[in-house]
Amino acid sequence: MTALPKTTEKKLGLVIDLDTCVGCHGCVTACKGWNTQNYGAPLADVDAYGADPEGTFLNRVFSYEVTPDDGAMPFTVHMPRSCLHCEDAPCVTVCPTGASYKRTEDGIVLVNEDRCIGCGLCAWACPYGARELDLVAGVMKKCTLCVDRIYNENLPEEDRLPACVRTCPAGARHFGDLGDPDSDVSQLVASRETVDLMPEQGTKPVNTYLAPRPKDRMASDGAPQLEPVATEAKGFLGWLDKALEKL
Amino acid sequence: MHPAPSVIIFTTLSGLGFGLFMWLGLGTPNVTGLPAFIWFFVAYALSVGGLIASTFHLGNRKNAIYAFSQWRTSWLSREGIMAVLTLLTFAPYAIGLIFLGRHWPLLGNIGTLFALITVFTTSMMYAQLKTVPRWRMIPVIPFLFELYAIAGGALLAGEARVAGWLILVLTGLQIAAWMMGDAKVANLTTNKGTATGLGRFGSVRMLESGHTARSYVMDEMVHMIGRKHAQKLRVISALLIGAIPAALLLFLPAGPLVILLAVASHVIGVATSRWLFFAEAEHVVGMYSSRG
Repeated sequence: MTALPKTTEKKLGLVIDLDTCVGCHGCVTACKGWNTQNYGAPLADVDAYGADPEGTFLNRVFSYEVTPDDGAMPFTVHMPRSCLHCEDAPCVTVCPTGASYKRTEDGIVLVNEDRCIGCGLCAWACPYGARELDLVAGVMKKCTLCVDRIYNENLPEEDRLPACVRTCPAGARHFGDLGDPDSDVSQLVASRETVDLMPEQGTKPVNTYLAPRPKDRMASDGAPQLEPVATEAKGFLGWLDKALEKL
Repeated sequence: MHPAPSVIIFTTLSGLGFGLFMWLGLGTPNVTGLPAFIWFFVAYALSVGGLIASTFHLGNRKNAIYAFSQWRTSWLSREGIMAVLTLLTFAPYAIGLIFLGRHWPLLGNIGTLFALITVFTTSMMYAQLKTVPRWRMIPVIPFLFELYAIAGGALLAGEARVAGWLILVLTGLQIAAWMMGDAKVANLTTNKGTATGLGRFGSVRMLESGHTARSYVMDEMVHMIGRKHAQKLRVISALLIGAIPAALLLFLPAGPLVILLAVASHVIGVATSRWLFFAEAEHVVGMYSSRG
């Protein structure tokens, strides 16, 4: 059923550090690669080398400019956007077929492609734009938290992470159980300021974004000027100055 | 939202079809034999035709049977079940009237109730979405959908005077609903700051989109084409739904030609207003990707 579980045993999710992300799109590429070759229908591209290309992605990095109100320097924030595996996921309950579900064991929100009719209502219900209907397969695609990597004993242990986390060259992405207060990710979240995405939608996202740290401030009139070393010319230059004056 | 022809055709035709069923179930018009056959044929053609049109936008139709399974949580699933139940309930009722000359009021009234519930479930499919503020107006949107069905049904049932008045009320409510939607969007607390969560650090604008090409999300939910003509289309739609048919029905002697003209005007008007219903509806995801 598409009823949401009251609680989940774990709350697996991502912690994304907006202070560290450099916006390289490495996670986007790694995600597209893994999820095209593994679980479910591949993430199709249509007219990939033509005039009007379009493709399915489960993660996209948007860049925003923030201009502080107090006159401090504007700064850029790169925001990777993917499914937040919400506790109160509106995409799940609207599904007419039971294809969308939230797992009781780990809280991952998944789509059963053998049941999906591709009606798109779940994508309408999601405020985050996290779901995309695959244009070739006609089924809804979304982040699986790389469910086929994290439990995959055929992979070396260090690879049992979502592809985006494994590939991030900046160390801006972290994966773990956000329901366990002692987990590394929960400790990380506790040590930092976070930002909430559209809290007014009441979705209770599991994924957590760490806020950009305060930036260094530049004094408005620059560094203070040095005091002049001498105001009167003395010695040889003083004599020359007087001599030339008399000429 | 993307105004897909399939959903516009679906909500327009099915609404009228189930609206006509509502009246037929109450014994209006009071017909048997061939006239009954024609009326039920129209009701079934509109409702089933609309439902078939709605399947055209499905990406993966082969799993359609599962859509009847999630009635406990999903308004779309409830709608599918109620539509089928309504159509099945009216089958023996129609057979009784057409072939046996028998009128079973209880069965008809149950059918009318089911038709009302079907239209309600359709409206809730849209009104449930928190992500589309213009649709998230309960009970205005469900009431509006019901009134569209009841008024259009009265018109198709040939109840000229009743339809005339209902259509006037409907047009008034539709205009009010447009204005309420405008006010709701104008007072929206969601903005780029709440969307990104970065609002507390300052004013936020998008520097770079996550994609240089189109995307499903943009195509489906950030549709903006045609909004610039929204006001003109509202006027055209209000005239066609209400003013013209009401004038025809209330001031001219009722006759087949008057009814036919009123139906033609009304149907085009409803389709226009449904186009606006989708094209004007802003989805909050647009906050992430709009410039400025």
